[in-house]
Amino acid sequence: MGGIGVVRISGGRAVEIGMATTGRGLPARRAVYAPFLDADGLPLDVGIALCFPGPGSFTGEDVVELQGHGGPIVLQLILDAVLSRGARMARPGEFTERAFINGKLDLAQAEAVADLIASASGAAARGALRSLQGEFSRAVEALDTAVLELRVFVEAAMDFPEEGADFLAEGQVGQRLAGVRTGLAELIRDARQGVLLRDGIAVALVGAPNVGKSSLLNRLAGQERAIVTDIPGTTRDLIHADLSLQGLPVQLVDTAGLRESLDPVEQEGVRRARDQARRADLVLLLEDDRDSIAAPSPLLAELLLSGVAPAMLVRVRNKADVSGGVPGVCEAVAGDDVAVVRISARSGGGIDTLIETIKAKVGYAGEGTAYTARKRHVLALQAAAAALAEAEALLAAGEPAELVAEELRAVHGHLGSIVGAVTADDLLGEIFSSFCIGK
Amino acid sequence: MEYPQSFDVIVIGAGHAGCEAAAAAARMGARVLLLTQSLETIGAMSCNPAIGGIGKSHLVREIDAMDGIMARAADLAGIQFRVLNASKGPAVRATRAQADRSLYRQAVRALLEAEENLVVFQQPVVDLLVSGDRVAGVTTQMGVVFRAAAVILTTGTFLGGRIHIGLDNHPGGRAGDAPSNALAERLRALPFRVGRLKTGTPPRIDARSVDFSRMEVQPGDDPLPCLSLLGTPEQHPRQVPCHITYTNETTHEIIRGGLDRSPLYSGAIEGTGPRYCPSIEDKVVRFAERVKHQVFVEPEGLDTAELYPNGISTSLPFDVQIAMVRSIAGFERAHVTRPGYAIEYDYFDPRDLQYSLETKALEGLFFAGQINGTTGYEEAAAQGLLAGINAARKVSGRPAWWPRRDEAYLGVLVDDLVNLGTNEPYRMFTSRAEYRLRLREDNADHRLTPIGHELGVVKAARWGAYGAKRAAVSALDERLQGVLVRPGSVLAGELQAVIGEEISREVTLLALLRRPGVTAEKLARVVDLEEADATVREQVEVEAKYAGYIKRQEQEIARVRRHDSIQLPASLSYAGIPGLSNELRQKLEQVRPETLARAARIPGMTPAALSLLLVHAKKLSGARPVPGAAVRA
Repeated sequence: MGGIGVVRISGGRAVEIGMATTGRGLPARRAVYAPFLDADGLPLDVGIALCFPGPGSFTGEDVVELQGHGGPIVLQLILDAVLSRGARMARPGEFTERAFINGKLDLAQAEAVADLIASASGAAARGALRSLQGEFSRAVEALDTAVLELRVFVEAAMDFPEEGADFLAEGQVGQRLAGVRTGLAELIRDARQGVLLRDGIAVALVGAPNVGKSSLLNRLAGQERAIVTDIPGTTRDLIHADLSLQGLPVQLVDTAGLRESLDPVEQEGVRRARDQARRADLVLLLEDDRDSIAAPSPLLAELLLSGVAPAMLVRVRNKADVSGGVPGVCEAVAGDDVAVVRISARSGGGIDTLIETIKAKVGYAGEGTAYTARKRHVLALQAAAAALAEAEALLAAGEPAELVAEELRAVHGHLGSIVGAVTADDLLGEIFSSFCIGK
Repeated sequence: MEYPQSFDVIVIGAGHAGCEAAAAAARMGARVLLLTQSLETIGAMSCNPAIGGIGKSHLVREIDAMDGIMARAADLAGIQFRVLNASKGPAVRATRAQADRSLYRQAVRALLEAEENLVVFQQPVVDLLVSGDRVAGVTTQMGVVFRAAAVILTTGTFLGGRIHIGLDNHPGGRAGDAPSNALAERLRALPFRVGRLKTGTPPRIDARSVDFSRMEVQPGDDPLPCLSLLGTPEQHPRQVPCHITYTNETTHEIIRGGLDRSPLYSGAIEGTGPRYCPSIEDKVVRFAERVKHQVFVEPEGLDTAELYPNGISTSLPFDVQIAMVRSIAGFERAHVTRPGYAIEYDYFDPRDLQYSLETKALEGLFFAGQINGTTGYEEAAAQGLLAGINAARKVSGRPAWWPRRDEAYLGVLVDDLVNLGTNEPYRMFTSRAEYRLRLREDNADHRLTPIGHELGVVKAARWGAYGAKRAAVSALDERLQGVLVRPGSVLAGELQAVIGEEISREVTLLALLRRPGVTAEKLARVVDLEEADATVREQVEVEAKYAGYIKRQEQEIARVRRHDSIQLPASLSYAGIPGLSNELRQKLEQVRPETLARAARIPGMTPAALSLLLVHAKKLSGARPVPGAAVRA
């Protein structure tokens, strides 16, 4: 919401409402400088009105855009003016939905637009753009083609064994399987990046009172969000901060200190903090570096007992500026999977190392080639990978070829749920054009 | 002249579709007349002398499960039996019988004559009797009028048939037989979409002029398999081997030299040939890098010296055929007994049929076999069976029946044809069946005989044999489930020695059978399974091993059936759905699928397009989702 606010109207009465609001005729696809009138006909703002008649518009319906100058308040008044003339507020995603229903987008494009709108960071926005242009679809299609070629070999071996088409015996199938496995793994990695970019991660900050959780949150967020004081127990409620760590959307939750308290309000805060830690993608356990790292930590024990995986836990040793420790990665305690990083939230020492550790823990590779794949895409790719692994196992164990074929059919089905199914006829067409078949 | 007696069902054509149709309708209790141009060619094999093979044998077993005749005739006429794909799994395992043409014809004729409700008559049909929008009977060449409420057309390649050898061509339904042109004219006047297809045969060769020592010998299998549940190896006639030889560069040179006089390449043939059964000139042109092609040398029968060289089907001029044949190892001095030829014929777009194989345009008229654009005896016979069942049901006022894709290859066949049509001769392959693991040869009876019994197409003898097999399967299954093997026991020790695997915890024999590499045969070396024969053991073994896969497929089937319950209204205008590609829109307009599941099987269909169809189907069925205008800031 910067200098220009846009109100967009779509539907059968869009032009009528647009004309009533501007008091002007609205020729197709031409910018009209006009006043925006309230319900009583009094001007609220002056701006540009644009009319896109369907079906050549984004939604495929008549669309009118009113671009005003005003801030949020004026924009709200223009919105009220439009609503008073018979429009209603769109449901979330309704414009995209209409565009999809009217055939302006395919499913993957529609989802990409939704991602574009929802993207919480610049990197996610660029990823969404790539998907919109079909890069993800193209990548999946390439893999789909590789699976088709593989199935051509397996199916030909079964349907045409007398035609010298017994490729199963020649080891070609095994090689191709391995090739597809590699491609699939790469695609999953990239697609997962997309999901990370889109959904971000939740990081819980846990620690004893007054070890500097709020200071760290402020340091990472780069602005004052939590009140930082020296009085233990200041943070009673959960405080959220939405950050972007090198393009990775992070929701950081600063929890109440995990200490037993008689204050019922604090008790509730502590309960919610533990809950939050269990559900987070990553838990940062903040400690005072002046305390011995080898000393038993009741908090650490409690987190591990409540089901937080050691691999998803980072011990952050704060206050290096007063302890005199060197900021950066510390050696983990022997026999322990929990990573340890020493920082100073006050001076900023070690913060870069902490960010790198967070990225590594959740598998974020930075803003690179990530697609805005949806979770459903990643799940489909993972299911494909599982079926492919089964196919490889069956082949290696010398199980009947038809079982290998069945798993490959499943692989194809999972990829097809993203880019479109391959029918038996497509498969046969490939077989006939690839091999000389027939007596 | 009006024939003095009326019938329930008239079948025109006594090829593989016609014979199966007539027999099925008769088993259902209908009074059936089978009309043919020649009683001598009942059950004739116009192409290669074999029944079964991959995908096809599955159809044969299904026909058998419905008490049809093809498998029984093949058991009586088979002179070499082989099981193909033996190592690739029970679902793609397929039986193939080389048949003696004349024994096969005799067997089919005898099986037809054993049907009490069935009579045959020799006379070409020239016209259909139509009353309103219903078929009422047929008129033959000499003017005899036969009346029936249902007529099944199984005219094969005889409708508008034209035979090509080199640049010469003449009308013909099969070498030596006249085409059915009058009937073709009559049918062309009805509102059916008609197309042209092409198929071909190789030149036949006199075995006495062949040097078999220059070829590989391909013997039949031992033990000898059967195609029918009711068959026994003792029924098979004397067994003979086939031979294999190869074309070579000289052969290919000769073929290339004759292409200028090939009807395929000169444009004289307009019909589309099958991609999987190309002529030898097609193979040489399309796969120019291949230095040799296989030729299976199949005997035509026990009492004839004629050979069928499978793999060199051709329509090249006769002089080129002779030179080409004589360039092949073993054929150097070969005498050609009949030239090879290509045949073009009319077929009717099967999308004009209902799933019962009744035409949409004319009530009571059914089409089965090559007329629907298929190729192969087995595909034809399977359709004949279905049309026969449904014609009999029609005349007795019962609703149509057809199997689903997950029940039978016959279900795959009819769904592919009626839903998608075909633009080349359609042949069955196992890869067409998405539920292949369920649709096996070994369980065809289990899948279909109870249904056939219910429909009334299965006679008592079959029902009894099926019941006995199932009882034996259940008994063995229970027995294997009842034997607990304890680790460390004597039994466990013996079993471990046979299966080469440790038995570390208590396990039933049935659970043991599910393990990879463990077979019923291995168990039988330790445990006495003598009371169960090989078929029964195989059945129990496969059912045990495949239970998990079958269960997984059932979930998929349930999903598809949900989609099958979503109707696409007849009023749906695909032109009015933006966002569909032109290609898909065209396909949808042609197919007009009745349900979402059928739309999903159209080649090229995408999830996005399906979603669009779903949304539009919902839109049409009420609930307009876009009232007034919406706004977003």
